[in-house]
Amino acid sequence: MKLNLKVWRQQGPQEKGRMVDYQIDGISEHMSFLEMMDVLNQKLIGSGEEPIAFDHDCREGICGSCSMFINGEAHGPVKGTTTCQLHMRSFKDGDTIYIEPFRANAFPVIKDLVIDRSAFDRIQHSGGYISVNTSGNTQDANATPIAKEHADLAMDAATCIGCGACVATCKNSSAMLFVGAKISQYALLPQGQVEAKDRAQNMVAQMDAEGFGNCTNTGACEVECPKGISLTNIARMNREFLGGSLTK
Amino acid sequence: MSTLDGKTPAGPIKDKWTSYKDKVNLVNPANKRNIDVIVVGTGLAGGSAAATLAEQGYNVKAFCYQDSPRRAHSIAAQGGINAAKNYQGDGDSIYRLFYDTVKGGDYRSREANVHRLAEVSTNIIDQCVAQGVPFARDYGGLLDNRSFGGVLVSRTFYAKGQTGQQLLLGAYSAMNRQIARGKIQMFNRHEMLDIVVIDGKARGIIARNLVTGEIERHSAHAVVLGTGGYGNVFYLSTNAMGSNVTAGWKAHKRGAYFANPCYTQIHPTCIPRSGDYQSKLTLMSESLRNDGRIWVPAKKEDAQAIRDGQLKPTEIKEEDRDYYLERRYPAFGNLVPRDVASRAAKERCDEGYGVNATGEAVYLDFAAAIIRYGKEQATIKGENDASEARIKELGKEIVKAKYGNLFDMYKQIAADNPYETPMMIYPAVHYTMGGIWVDYNLMTTIPGCYAIGEANFSDHGANRLGASALMQGLADGYFVLPYTIGDYLSSDIRTGKISTDSNEFEEAEKNVRERIEKLVSNKGTQSVDYYHRKLGNIMWNKCGMARTEKGLKEAIQEITELRNDFWKNVSVPGGANELNQELEKAGRVADFLELGELFAKDALDRNESCGGHFREEYVEKSGEQQGEALRDDKNFAYVAAWEYTGVPSEAKLHKEQLEFNDIELKQRSYK
Ligand SMILES: Cc1cc2nc3c(=O)[nH]c(=O)nc-3n(C[C@H](O)[C@H](O)[C@H](O)COP(=O)(O)OP(=O)(O)OC[C@H]3O[C@@H](n4cnc5c(N)ncnc54)[C@H](O)[C@@H]3O)c2cc1C
Ligand code: SF4
Ligand code: FES
Repeated sequence: MKLNLKVWRQQGPQEKGRMVDYQIDGISEHMSFLEMMDVLNQKLIGSGEEPIAFDHDCREGICGSCSMFINGEAHGPVKGTTTCQLHMRSFKDGDTIYIEPFRANAFPVIKDLVIDRSAFDRIQHSGGYISVNTSGNTQDANATPIAKEHADLAMDAATCIGCGACVATCKNSSAMLFVGAKISQYALLPQGQVEAKDRAQNMVAQMDAEGFGNCTNTGACEVECPKGISLTNIARMNREFLGGSLTK
Repeated sequence: MSTLDGKTPAGPIKDKWTSYKDKVNLVNPANKRNIDVIVVGTGLAGGSAAATLAEQGYNVKAFCYQDSPRRAHSIAAQGGINAAKNYQGDGDSIYRLFYDTVKGGDYRSREANVHRLAEVSTNIIDQCVAQGVPFARDYGGLLDNRSFGGVLVSRTFYAKGQTGQQLLLGAYSAMNRQIARGKIQMFNRHEMLDIVVIDGKARGIIARNLVTGEIERHSAHAVVLGTGGYGNVFYLSTNAMGSNVTAGWKAHKRGAYFANPCYTQIHPTCIPRSGDYQSKLTLMSESLRNDGRIWVPAKKEDAQAIRDGQLKPTEIKEEDRDYYLERRYPAFGNLVPRDVASRAAKERCDEGYGVNATGEAVYLDFAAAIIRYGKEQATIKGENDASEARIKELGKEIVKAKYGNLFDMYKQIAADNPYETPMMIYPAVHYTMGGIWVDYNLMTTIPGCYAIGEANFSDHGANRLGASALMQGLADGYFVLPYTIGDYLSSDIRTGKISTDSNEFEEAEKNVRERIEKLVSNKGTQSVDYYHRKLGNIMWNKCGMARTEKGLKEAIQEITELRNDFWKNVSVPGGANELNQELEKAGRVADFLELGELFAKDALDRNESCGGHFREEYVEKSGEQQGEALRDDKNFAYVAAWEYTGVPSEAKLHKEQLEFNDIELKQRSYK
């Protein structure tokens, strides 16, 4: 198929960016979206131009590197799918496709479609862990049974890939879904409960310090999250947070 | 040629690690504060090592090329992690895990390392649960297990189909705690481009800041490489796009021997390639072989009809199907080890029984499992006269609970529904057993330079069993290196800070700058990907699942020519002082173009078939094992460790003789 692409090009963090038009032909419906970008980049290199920079690594929907805003949607039109798992069969011959970076004040653009998501790391530094040393003599893994229901819910929360689509989608650039998922994972497990309250307090404080916006319950994040992280995680975070600030 | 000492401690195999730990030199906590350690890589191996060393009190500097440690390639591991917990009471033990791993590796690994790995395996599960890793549990709240290939027990722990993700997030969380304490300084989007050796010891690295292009010097008392495997030398593999050999290769050029480069694992169950634009291949976890049955049509006409689109797999009658693994290996059936399963698939496809347009695919079929689970559920639910449709519905629910995310992934990529029709699969490059040579301490032949995880060669011999890489990465990082590195650093407590002003740093930095300059100013005619694809083709066709003397000799020649052409004609747009992904790729491909040559040389030198290394000249010619790999223990029970001399294929061979005192060397039989 033949496509008209409109792609965000920005030379560096301080430079001004703009949308640039590219025409591309011979795209197969079996290609992934990033393979289509590869084809475009090879073409650009062939004509002596700089290829479009974008983050990607696993191309399996698990590392959370890829981050394109496609036709106004984070990771494009297919639900529950990262950019790297999107296939060209979701588009038609002659389509115009807008490709932009995830946008948020807390995620500055580095170059073209590459953004800086280190704010997510700093939120994790502030409490995204259980304080246990590697000694080789923690208790036996089966010493504390965990109800399957809780284990499964913790797992569901833990599947967040840290991509930032939730932030990019939210009109307030809120990171609540991401932070809620991490806080929930630990709050649902006995091992995480000792520090649960402080964790919620500290991570929320860091989230605010990074400049993420507030949650006004539009639920857009849940819709665009490629891993189906549920809004109930935000509710659980709020409970943990309130529990924390009341007793502090 | 000379011999190498693996520095395995004396004593019975069961006691080696315990007595080593009892006697090893320690560094006192106050002195640890004055010692810096560089850890390159934040996958399971590097991440767990960085966190543990920092907990112990060392000052750690950690590096990864992604924008966050959490995105290391380990994140993609699906199926699970082994541990000899024997929670299922099915006869598992440390000895059995040790035995299975040595046998699975086709008797080409170092016994003492493997035993240690089996010993610490149980601690890993305890540690991860304490960190909040949400492993799968049964209704009683206890940990669940599944089976993987090549073994007869159920010892694999898992977190849905995302085990690597959960384990890596566990290690990442342990790192976060140390980053918050200031004990780990994290360098994201940094790539190590050289190692600095001063007075014969590893004392630092040269790294490029991938955002600004700045070249940086970092010093330390020891350097740990947890930089992963080099499967991408084949261009197409299941590895992440950025996985590379650069760190290991630079160490090799500075004196670290490279061991068994030709031992590559080709994984039997991957989604087949669909076209020339293909950028990577996707694994379908081995856990699927617990329930999926592998087959091709028994008649060539049927295979042809399928390829022509005139017949559907579901229309082929039971008696016209060839469940070739069950037929050839009745004892292990669909759960034979990976190398055996991959070769069997290639054999059927080469004979003309392949089932997709390219003729390179076989079926992985869940229909029987769906019926089996469905009947079981109907019985449990008391629905004794459930219809066939109801049974299927119940069965699909179970299959969905077990493999749902893998089925979804398949559906997304192949646009086909595996609940209704069999999956199509084909082998793909997946893992590299070879790597930097290390002794029992995990130290390379450069004193003070360590290699852990997939980057080293030590534990999997010529073939790795499923769910053992995650185990090894975490064993090395959490439980082995933190002991062994102390032994070395205990003599470094009076050294003080290492300066980066020395000639050695100067020289290393100059080398790095010159190479980058050469790449960006070359202004040739071909893209980096053009060379990478060409290299991949040579590797797959001549160094892949079946190798011959003639093919390997040609490969060496062709790779040399391709490398020369690369340096003449490669085009790397953009500059050196900015984010430049083509430049990053160019550096990696340049190193693959050297490694590939050594790889072929190693395969040429090993005149036997073992594990993932299959030489067509060395097969059983008759008897029950006809057509199976023919190992030569008399002449080849050694590790081939190569010393760099300037031309990759003219590397000097050092042999580490492998001794098997606790396991009898046998032909591996899964019949
Ligand atoms: C799809 C897939 C599924 C798998 N499933 C399983 C499974 O179920 N069970 C199992 O046991 N094994 C599995 N494996 C194998 C296993 O995942 C890997 O062997 C293992 O995770 C490797 O871990 P590592 O820490 O050694 O390296 P990696 O996780 O590859 O990490 C390498 C690190 O090094 C960094 N790095 C590399 N080069 C440089 C450089 N020059 N400068 C700076 N940083 C650098 C990277 O940024 C990264 O942080 C699977 C592999 C794949 C591909
Ligand atoms: S919550 Fe969903 S959208 Fe947000 S970072 Fe996690 S996976 Fe991405
Ligand atoms: S590239 Fe890893 S999630 Fe898309």
